[in-house]
Amino acid sequence: MSPLSRREFVAGVAAAGAGLVIGFYLPRKGASHADVFSPNAYLRITPDNKVTIVVARSEMGQGVRTALPMILAEELEADWKQIEIEQAGASTLFGDQTTGGSASIRTTWDPMRKAGAAAREMLISAAALTWNVPRSACAAESGHIKHAASNRSLSYGDLVGKAATLPIPTDVPLKQSKDYKIVGQRLPRVDSPAKVKGEATFGIDYRLPGMKFALLSRSPVIGGKVSSFDDNDSKKIAGVRYVGKIGDSAVVVVADSVWGAMEGRRVLNVTWDDGPNKDLNTAAVVASLKQGASKKSASLYLAGDPTKAAGHHISAEYELPFMAHAPMEPGNCTAYYQGTKCELWAPTQVPQDCRDSVATAVGLDPDLVKVNVTLMGGGFGRRLEHDYAVEAALVSKAISAPVKVIWTREDDMRFSTYRPASLHQLSATLDGAGFPVGLTHRIIAPSISGQKGQPTPGNVDPDLPDEAGPVYGIPNYSLEYVMTETPVPLGWMRSVYALQAAFALESFVDELAAAAGKDPLQYRLKLLEKDQDLPYFSTTWKTARMRGVLQLAAARAGWGKPLPPGHYRGVACFGCFASYMAEVVEITMENDQPRVHRVVAVVDCGQVINPSILEQQIQGGIVYGLGNALRAEITIEKGRVVQGNFDDYAPLRMEETPVVEVYAVPSSDVPTGIGEPSVPPVAPALCNAIFAATKRRIRALPILS
Amino acid sequence: MADLTLRVNGSDQKVSVAPETPLLWVLRDTLELTGTKFGCGAGLCGACTVHVDGNPIRSCSTPVSQVAGKNVTTIEGLGANGLGVLGQALQQAWIAEEVPQCGYCQTGQIMSAAALLAKTPNPTDEQITQAMNGNLCRCGTYERIRKAIHRAAGNGAAGNSSARNGGAQ
Repeated sequence: MSPLSRREFVAGVAAAGAGLVIGFYLPRKGASHADVFSPNAYLRITPDNKVTIVVARSEMGQGVRTALPMILAEELEADWKQIEIEQAGASTLFGDQTTGGSASIRTTWDPMRKAGAAAREMLISAAALTWNVPRSACAAESGHIKHAASNRSLSYGDLVGKAATLPIPTDVPLKQSKDYKIVGQRLPRVDSPAKVKGEATFGIDYRLPGMKFALLSRSPVIGGKVSSFDDNDSKKIAGVRYVGKIGDSAVVVVADSVWGAMEGRRVLNVTWDDGPNKDLNTAAVVASLKQGASKKSASLYLAGDPTKAAGHHISAEYELPFMAHAPMEPGNCTAYYQGTKCELWAPTQVPQDCRDSVATAVGLDPDLVKVNVTLMGGGFGRRLEHDYAVEAALVSKAISAPVKVIWTREDDMRFSTYRPASLHQLSATLDGAGFPVGLTHRIIAPSISGQKGQPTPGNVDPDLPDEAGPVYGIPNYSLEYVMTETPVPLGWMRSVYALQAAFALESFVDELAAAAGKDPLQYRLKLLEKDQDLPYFSTTWKTARMRGVLQLAAARAGWGKPLPPGHYRGVACFGCFASYMAEVVEITMENDQPRVHRVVAVVDCGQVINPSILEQQIQGGIVYGLGNALRAEITIEKGRVVQGNFDDYAPLRMEETPVVEVYAVPSSDVPTGIGEPSVPPVAPALCNAIFAATKRRIRALPILS
Repeated sequence: MADLTLRVNGSDQKVSVAPETPLLWVLRDTLELTGTKFGCGAGLCGACTVHVDGNPIRSCSTPVSQVAGKNVTTIEGLGANGLGVLGQALQQAWIAEEVPQCGYCQTGQIMSAAALLAKTPNPTDEQITQAMNGNLCRCGTYERIRKAIHRAAGNGAAGNSSARNGGAQ
């Protein structure tokens, strides 16, 4: 499967709900051994009573190494204390291993539950056979099978030999949420102790004997190529071992140390062929979006016919810039190419794409490329690209030695793939009471997948089904998309198109409320008053669930209650990655700039696996979203990305960070996304608060541009 | 190249490196103490924070020659040396408050917090903000860091953060 179709696949699966069984009916590994019970690739139990659960998604801070095993351990009736976690590398055993689209829980919920349940049932059978008692008289509990009638008990470890000889059941009973003992608990993250001691191995920390370090010099102009290079000065730097072209558009400097490679690159003299983008600037990008606005759009959602709605018309345009993910750990990858095989240690969200891309790049069969997944110092979508892995493999091949390619912060900022800039045209027709009888939202933006040469059926970017949908049950409602093109490299950044769609729609709804002279919360609740199903691609959005999160957020935030002098609130809601989210932002204005004091966030994401991790994700998403809203902007001048480091692309710091209160609607529904849904409502809720404070409407991000 | 002796986490280490090499890379590449992180290379993010003679410094922008003969403490030595009790209290508080997400910046955060608490055992919210504002976290863990510092200081975690907002609740 090609890289992008894989993500498309994830989005499609996620939208379809929990019907997926990938990774369940798996070949067993060593199941016939007497010393290991491994009914599927997710699980191994050994006679020492150790239960090893394999995590086939990548840990980038979102807690998958804790949350995913909890799901399996629940059905297994394991004792959490006996669990050990193993990170899977690129494999053929787990289906798609992409970590993105807030899909890790969604896509593994069923396979992990079934994997645990099958093992549990087999262990029960093994005990029943051992004791020669009926299965029905035996029960699994806390890592043991118990026979209450005779007060006998065997640990899972004791049963390994017998269980391994049994057939694997294909239809296993799953637990009811009311019986959960592990899922829903605030279990501490398994990765924290190593992380606070400096013992956690991130990609950048991985070491191999004899490993070299490499930095690449890349064309400062987007799409430029190496014309020639002079490495005389580089080779004078102590420890520099190799300088050479990598592909058409980069020159690598390899040294014994990172610093040697940095110094070698600093004095490297490359002449670039700037190519066709040498005059590209941000203004041209915005102009291309405006030109796109006149093009025919593809329909994403249509109810009724907004063009025929009669009443008072109101319209507005919203603009969003390119943004960069800027994870704390800069790009890196370690590779060792050895002629007939290649091994990588990659901080990656896409181990299988790394494997396949590296195989192509170095001319090996994918089976001969092994990808180990390290911890990641943040991902946010940046590590859905596999550029670092390909670079590392090519450099290792060039020097015939193990190598770690490292990107500097400036490399990360300037050679990233960016959240697409976009333009949004909103128009509404209002009835006599000021409520919309018709609403049209046109999204004009380049397609990430389209730019990468992936399919965009019907001229719809394949991400839009998971990231932009109808929120309100407006009788005549059209959501449209115009796909444009840009030479600026595009990538999936946390919440992807949802941030853009939510900013435009939820700012506009606030404008409509203001035009009607109504309270923005009550106005939204009125639009969500009726229980309606809004079918959108393979998802069905429910107004009742959106109303639920909005009402709870309003209650927790004390909406309508007096605030201290100078404090103002704004609200926004949005649904994406199959979850519902509402946020109330409270601000003051200081020197004409907003200071955010408090954010109340409510999510309806179905069954919560670990409330503590959920709170982390939502708090983090809101801080990330505030940074996006306030300052995140990548601009282009003379074909080059202007921003370079955390001074001119400045994330939120502690002094700007509000208290974030998180509430989840109690639910035993199928779990839905949690890594990204908190990001989109932040910007509109903040801008709506600024409007409440100043009567000034912000229609372009970033706010502090 | 220069032969230098560094005192890192209480023991002397002889290194032979270019004297302008940032301390960060000597710690990471030469001494293989990888708990100290590279984030920006420009003293803007704090991921590389270590202590030199008890003061928090950005090792990415400190030439190694400047710290020769001085006491360098990294995250690996924080729980063991002079600051052992404090370091362990911080690390435990970080876990108790569920601070780390990706965790990449957290070693630098903890080093900054340790330097704060060593001089200011019971910091106010304002003092915490001032001491920690140079440490970036893209996972947005700042409020949990604040609570963890209060916890480690023995202030207890509850109440401090909301009080900062003038009772906005």
